[in-house]
Amino acid sequence: MASGLMLEETELRLGLPGGGAGELAEVAVIRSSGKRGFLETIDLKLKLQTPAESKESESTEQGNKATDPHEKPPAPKEQAVGWPPVRSFRKNILNVQQQSESKNKEEQSDKAAAAAAAAFVKVSMDGAPYLRKVDLKTYKSYQELSTALQKMFSSFATSGNYGSEQGVSVRDFMNGAGKVTALVINGSEYVTTYEDKDGDWMLVGDVPWEMFVDSCKRLRVMKGSEVVGLAPTAMEKRKNRG
Amino acid sequence: MARVEETGGDREENKEEETSWWSPEAVEGGRVGEGPSRGSRGGRGGDGGRPDTPPPPPYSDQVLENVLENVLQFLVCRRDRNAASLVCRSWYRAEAQTRRELSVGNCYAVSPARVVRRFRCARALVLKGRPRFADFNLFPLGWGARFSPWLAAMATAYPWLERVCLKRMTVSDSDLAFLARSFPSFRDLTLICCDGFGTAGLAVIAVLCRNLRILDLIENDVEDEEEEVIDWISRFPETTTSLESLSFECVNCPVNFSALEALVARSPSLRRLRVNQNVSLGQLRRLMARAPHLTHLGTGSFRPGIAEDLNVADLEQAFVSSKSLICLSGFREVAPEHLPAILPVCANLVSLNLSYAVITAEQLKPVILKCNNLRTFWVLDTVGDEGLLAVAKACKNLHELRVFPFEATEDSEGSVSDVGLVAISNGCRKLQSILFFCQRMTNSAVVAMSKNCQDLVVFRLCIMGRHRPDHITREPMDEGFGAIVMNCKKLTRLAVSGLLTDKVFKYIATHGKSIRTLSVAFAGDSDLSLKYVLEGCHSLQKLEIRDSPFGDVGLLSGIHHYYNMRFLWMSSCMLTLSGCKEVAQKMPNLVVEVIGDRPKDLDSDTVEKLYLYRSLEGPRDDVPLFVNIL
Repeated sequence: MASGLMLEETELRLGLPGGGAGELAEVAVIRSSGKRGFLETIDLKLKLQTPAESKESESTEQGNKATDPHEKPPAPKEQAVGWPPVRSFRKNILNVQQQSESKNKEEQSDKAAAAAAAAFVKVSMDGAPYLRKVDLKTYKSYQELSTALQKMFSSFATSGNYGSEQGVSVRDFMNGAGKVTALVINGSEYVTTYEDKDGDWMLVGDVPWEMFVDSCKRLRVMKGSEVVGLAPTAMEKRKNRG
Repeated sequence: MARVEETGGDREENKEEETSWWSPEAVEGGRVGEGPSRGSRGGRGGDGGRPDTPPPPPYSDQVLENVLENVLQFLVCRRDRNAASLVCRSWYRAEAQTRRELSVGNCYAVSPARVVRRFRCARALVLKGRPRFADFNLFPLGWGARFSPWLAAMATAYPWLERVCLKRMTVSDSDLAFLARSFPSFRDLTLICCDGFGTAGLAVIAVLCRNLRILDLIENDVEDEEEEVIDWISRFPETTTSLESLSFECVNCPVNFSALEALVARSPSLRRLRVNQNVSLGQLRRLMARAPHLTHLGTGSFRPGIAEDLNVADLEQAFVSSKSLICLSGFREVAPEHLPAILPVCANLVSLNLSYAVITAEQLKPVILKCNNLRTFWVLDTVGDEGLLAVAKACKNLHELRVFPFEATEDSEGSVSDVGLVAISNGCRKLQSILFFCQRMTNSAVVAMSKNCQDLVVFRLCIMGRHRPDHITREPMDEGFGAIVMNCKKLTRLAVSGLLTDKVFKYIATHGKSIRTLSVAFAGDSDLSLKYVLEGCHSLQKLEIRDSPFGDVGLLSGIHHYYNMRFLWMSSCMLTLSGCKEVAQKMPNLVVEVIGDRPKDLDSDTVEKLYLYRSLEGPRDDVPLFVNIL
């Protein structure tokens, strides 16, 4: 974790003069330089920071922002939530358009556009009264997604007695299906699953992140006890198809 | 503040100019058990909590009130009505008896009970809930703004209700069912940017609202589990309908096309039809044949379906026959080679929405060059500066322009720029409203627009890359926006972006005296900016700010003004809990909400999201876990 923070400090950031609140830091993430194989990413992940730690790294980020206010940062930044202020259905529909265009014709679709368009999916959690929506394109890894989900649903998990110590963490546990990524909330184990393009429900974490974003239609955070007997993992699915 | 206690009364939200929030004469005069008729005037029922009730007015005054009502019923404009209600108690009562359309700009500013008590004869309700930033994922789902309590109050109070228009409210399927059952004369339903309902609710509306004239669903989030989609179009009665307008572009699931075609065929009054993207071009042609008198058409996908063999000539014939068309939209998956089919109607078009059409300048030109009467034009930035040049050449009557980004991210290339903006400003001198997304802008372009388009009422420029300066001079964008507020004297709505210092806010404060809505993001250097605005913009009603370095000092400088505003939103700024608490303590008729992503956030001293608004009702009773009212 500490080494990750170092990288942040050396990154040129666009800071507001006076070192103020930066973009809505929905995710306190350690961005790693260089590529990792996706298996490594999975292992890395989900020792999530406790809320206290994440606050710390957030404030360090903000402090670093007071560097040079008048220069554009060289590298693509984290997207801020809700910026630019374009409604989600506008972002999503362009994605749909690209898909239908390339389906019906052989015309070149704008690669950059397809990559940049948003991917809004619904997220439901067993026991929570509300659905949420997330734009998968705002996250760069499973870790970022986990943090966001943790934030979103901890309010329901702690229902009423917030300030409780248990909170949310993530760990691996063995299940009938093998090793599984589990979001642990308030002592119960919740597992994140998603529905893919074929309509199958899969466990989150098997495929490379980009592939996941492309095929994920919706997310469901369900109780770990119900995971046994779920659809096979993506790898098994591919194996079975031969 | 003692005055507020006595005379707060039930001022209903005023959308346009806000009159002074309290007045000496606005005393509540409750009437018990009176219906819409101007019959017997019995005694005055006291309002709960009011001290003694004075004796009923003498006979001559009652006659005067009758006469007054007969006159006041001709007043339609909300501003006029508010003014009339301030003259004296008699006028207040008469106006309350004759007001037909209620407009509530913030559903939490006033309670349904209070509204229903004052206005006895309403036939129409316009109700707004969440503020605009809710559209951009800044409000957690489940924050509030539910229609149910309003519906419950109106079902008993206004059984003759005819029209409902809701914006940014949460409406459930059971709400829609209850609405359909409660109001036998119900005619017009318009839902804009709402959520919480699905095809089940639409089905009940279709079945039960026998007098339905308008069903307009605009940019709503229509939720349906895939297994639960209901064929609501088939539920309209088999007989001739009185439908005049049917818009369902935002309903994402496929509709039963033969039911739709049959519905259109038996709706002789239908003039506005906007279908969703599941309707193919071939299907559209059949619909147009059934309804040749349409004035407004939302074209759906504008792409041939699989196995549809459609040539442009056939399609063009359909447009030739639709001689009344003045407004076109849709084009959700447009096949650009089919776009020229609309040429026959271009000369008559007043409004054209191509904001979902991924087309180039070359594909736009032949169409736009014929649209010489266009007043409203929405387009995607894929047409580039060259496309905008064509618009400037052809559309001399343009009043409203919106240029949306195809790639709505900060680091996208961006296809339109200062060049396009200047071209528009040169060609479209009558421009009143502009929304422009871009990645590159210059001060001189914005200055040019401020000089060429003096009729501007709405100026919203969104430079998508945060903190971007003038891309040629590298200066902040202060001077450009400064010129806008200086030169455009009619400006009431402004959204700023790009690299901005405190200076621009000084300009806005000095010259933006008519500004009612201001949107600020990633701008300013210090609290001074917020202070300038709150002290200088006397007409300010809606202020939405995100990610700007404004803190408690700035917040507190608005205490003299917050009662004159509809709301203030601040997110990711530098507010603290103590600052917000101080505001809450000093202003008892303000509801100060601190919104967090987790309940834990609410205990920390930094305030991530603040939403404050004036209200006659105090803290609302439907507060979710992640909101803390101070």
